[in-house]
Amino acid sequence: MLETPINGPLFSRIPGLYGPKGWMSIAIAAVIVWVVFPLLNLAVDADSVFHVSDYSVTLIGKIMCYAMVALAMDLIWGYTGILSLGHGLFFALGGYAMGMYLMRAIGRDGVYKSDLPDFMVFLDWKELPWYWAGTDSFLYCLLLAVLVPGLLAFIFGYFAFRSRIKGVYFSIITQALTFAAMLFFFRNDTGFGGNNGFTDFKRVLGFTIATAETRMVLFALSGTMLIVTLLLARYIVTSKLGRVLTAIRDAESRVMFSGYNPLGYKLFIWTLSAVICGIAGALYVPQVGIINPGEMSPANSIEIAIWTAVGGRGTLIGAIVGAGIVNFAKSFFTVAFPEYWLYFLGAIFIGVTLFMPRGVVGLLQQLKRKST
Amino acid sequence: MTRTAVPSTKNNYMSNSRILGALALLAGLLAVSIAQAVTPEQLNALAFGENDAKVQTIAAIVSAGDAEAMPLLQALVESRVQISPEQKRIFILQADGGVLDAKTGQSVDPLPDDVEEVVMNNRMRRELANAMAALQLFSPDPATRLASARSLQGGAGPAMLPLIEKAYAAESEAQIKQLLGLTRATLQLASADAEVRLAAVKTLGESSDPTTKTLLLKVLAKNGEVYAEPDEKVRVQAALSLDSVQGRLAWGERLGQIFSGISLGSILLLAALGLAITYGLMGVINMAHGELIMIGAYATYLVQGLFQKYLPELFNWYLVAALPVAFVIAALVGMVMERTVIRFLYGRPLETLLATWGISLVLIQLVRTIFGAQNVGVENPVWMSGGVQAMSNLVLPYNRIVIIFFAAFVLLGVWLLLTRTRLGLFVRGVTQNRAMAGCVGVPTARVDTYAFGLGSGIAGLAGCALSQIGNVGPDLGQSYIVDSFMVVVLGGVGQLAGTVYAAMGLGIANKFLEGWAGAVLAKIAVLVFIIIFIQKRPQGLFALKGRFADA
Repeated sequence: MLETPINGPLFSRIPGLYGPKGWMSIAIAAVIVWVVFPLLNLAVDADSVFHVSDYSVTLIGKIMCYAMVALAMDLIWGYTGILSLGHGLFFALGGYAMGMYLMRAIGRDGVYKSDLPDFMVFLDWKELPWYWAGTDSFLYCLLLAVLVPGLLAFIFGYFAFRSRIKGVYFSIITQALTFAAMLFFFRNDTGFGGNNGFTDFKRVLGFTIATAETRMVLFALSGTMLIVTLLLARYIVTSKLGRVLTAIRDAESRVMFSGYNPLGYKLFIWTLSAVICGIAGALYVPQVGIINPGEMSPANSIEIAIWTAVGGRGTLIGAIVGAGIVNFAKSFFTVAFPEYWLYFLGAIFIGVTLFMPRGVVGLLQQLKRKST
Repeated sequence: MTRTAVPSTKNNYMSNSRILGALALLAGLLAVSIAQAVTPEQLNALAFGENDAKVQTIAAIVSAGDAEAMPLLQALVESRVQISPEQKRIFILQADGGVLDAKTGQSVDPLPDDVEEVVMNNRMRRELANAMAALQLFSPDPATRLASARSLQGGAGPAMLPLIEKAYAAESEAQIKQLLGLTRATLQLASADAEVRLAAVKTLGESSDPTTKTLLLKVLAKNGEVYAEPDEKVRVQAALSLDSVQGRLAWGERLGQIFSGISLGSILLLAALGLAITYGLMGVINMAHGELIMIGAYATYLVQGLFQKYLPELFNWYLVAALPVAFVIAALVGMVMERTVIRFLYGRPLETLLATWGISLVLIQLVRTIFGAQNVGVENPVWMSGGVQAMSNLVLPYNRIVIIFFAAFVLLGVWLLLTRTRLGLFVRGVTQNRAMAGCVGVPTARVDTYAFGLGSGIAGLAGCALSQIGNVGPDLGQSYIVDSFMVVVLGGVGQLAGTVYAAMGLGIANKFLEGWAGAVLAKIAVLVFIIIFIQKRPQGLFALKGRFADA
């Protein structure tokens, strides 16, 4: 089952992203993240109209993590044509790795005043399971947040791509993977807090986690990582590697006839995509203060795909725009009209696939082309 | 396991009512016979004594083993015994409205004003029920005796031993005699005589009842350094008996696992069959398939409501009416989906996946808005509750059996439709070569709609069946979508036979794994197995061969 591209290759260079203009916009984004937001949040008086509330900082910080995931999805789906319905798993794994450190960092300040995390005391465990060894080290947990999703993706991808599983089959299998992982993490005996996951974090690297300053640092870090990811993705898609990926998306058999073996290319971008998700998850957890197996539900992963689709696949900037639009809408709807959120989300899914296959960015480009 | 009690209580009830009938006829004779069976002292103790005295009296009546005491016990259970503490008189209210004086046997009219009911607590009720069962051991009707022997198995107290001995000696039916022998052996375990205990342990080895296993384990139990059973010969025999009981039980367990595996398999088959048509034959990834199942379940709920309101006397048959309704509603929803959305996405499976996921979200929220987010109650008809006692530790619930047959029936229907009708021919034709089918005049677009409607309708039927065994709520479909896709993917696309094998295989494998790994780990293991399997055979168990393989 070949997926026929809609009216030629689904690939467009957004001029604002490349060349001097591109560097300019990235510099502006960096200034906003590092200077404007910290000033408006910390230095400006709370009554002032220019003040940015703590709520908005957390929300935008969170959305920047989502945007990283959407970028990762764009690399694998928008450019390589492989739709993953399991990216939520990699995101959650990164989050859990960071969560392990944060749980250990609580120390004896938990409800039970024990060295063990509260949920272990609750389960009457006497010592940490072996896989918790070393998790009191921040660096080790960071490493885990990168390695665990990366390794899982590498092994899974190696076998899947080697047997040439593609298209819908691959999507369904990744969905089964995240579903199985969710069931696994829901068990109390797995040792990751079961149903409730990790929460009630107190501090990170010695700093209290709930202060405005810590929040701002996490925010700036997320922004930095988002920019770094964007630069990396931009570098990849414009390189020769990126061209091969696009070729695999549009006509995999022809790529093979031309003497390329797609396995290595696919495996690389798939693993990289998972690693980006893991990093995003690790940044996400300290900001929202909770991680539980719900993050691995198939519904979450499929939502990631729609972020990318809404913004426009194969454009990079579209992924960020899409993650922003959908998640701002989500936080608006779930507060104002919670019962309409699913209607809206469902309508986005249907509308985007039927009427806007190139997403918001594609639509804007079309309008621009018409006006010139 | 509570279901096992159902048939025996039913029997008890029937025999009791038979006795009640005789009681009304022989009202005159009755009082005299009560006086023969129960002494006035015993009557007084029953009516006015302390709880302990009452229980002792019941035990004494039972060990006397006189069936004539039955009506009195019956009356006690049914709260028809009234007493007048001042006059020390005891009255039995009759079924026909008359009143008897229990001591004299004379009719009394009117009842004195100061009467009150005999005080009964749960302990007494239990003793009474056992006593009545024990007395029924002497009933002339073998069915009554059998029921009584069954109900005594768990409930007999030490005081009943003489009575059971008596009944055992008098019993002529082999089955009842065996049951009584087991009950006797259970009671004899407490005997002080090691020989008696040895014989008892030996007899227990013939049982195939799970409770016997616990009993024997108790005999073998070791309390610190001291064995619960002092005699070594008895212990050796107990170990032997335990082995043979366990051997027999293991069979029941294994058969039970196979049965629940087939039951799960048929559920998976029902859920996946519709998908085998929409995905397997048409290549449409319908993520809203689970929601179509959910719609079928809600349609069943609606029909149930209508029957409750307008046709309560036919309520037991509402399911029969719900089937076509569920099919039609789900099929209509599916056809509308096909006409408005999916039609425009043929050949773009990934987009279809996302769009149908969107439809599923809208459907979930729609059902939440209409019916509320809570689960709704769908009741089993009477003929689907309860079960068959296939072995002492194996009960096959009727609703599971019905679903197995229903799945087979739906499968047969789909197969006939696809292979024996014109529509089936068209569907297969369009599947194999759309362009050519169009050239020879098959209305391909309409066939797509019908085929999609068929797949959706089958999902509706699945929902109707699932409403009988699980909760019905807006999230019902979500829990089946991953499973049903796994079945279709494992079975291979475009193959009904593959779907059947995959569903049954997954069901049975799942239940056997559950036996030693727990439900969640079993499910994970099965998912991981499928993921690995697909790597090896990407086309599924039954791959299409030849020129269609790469279509």
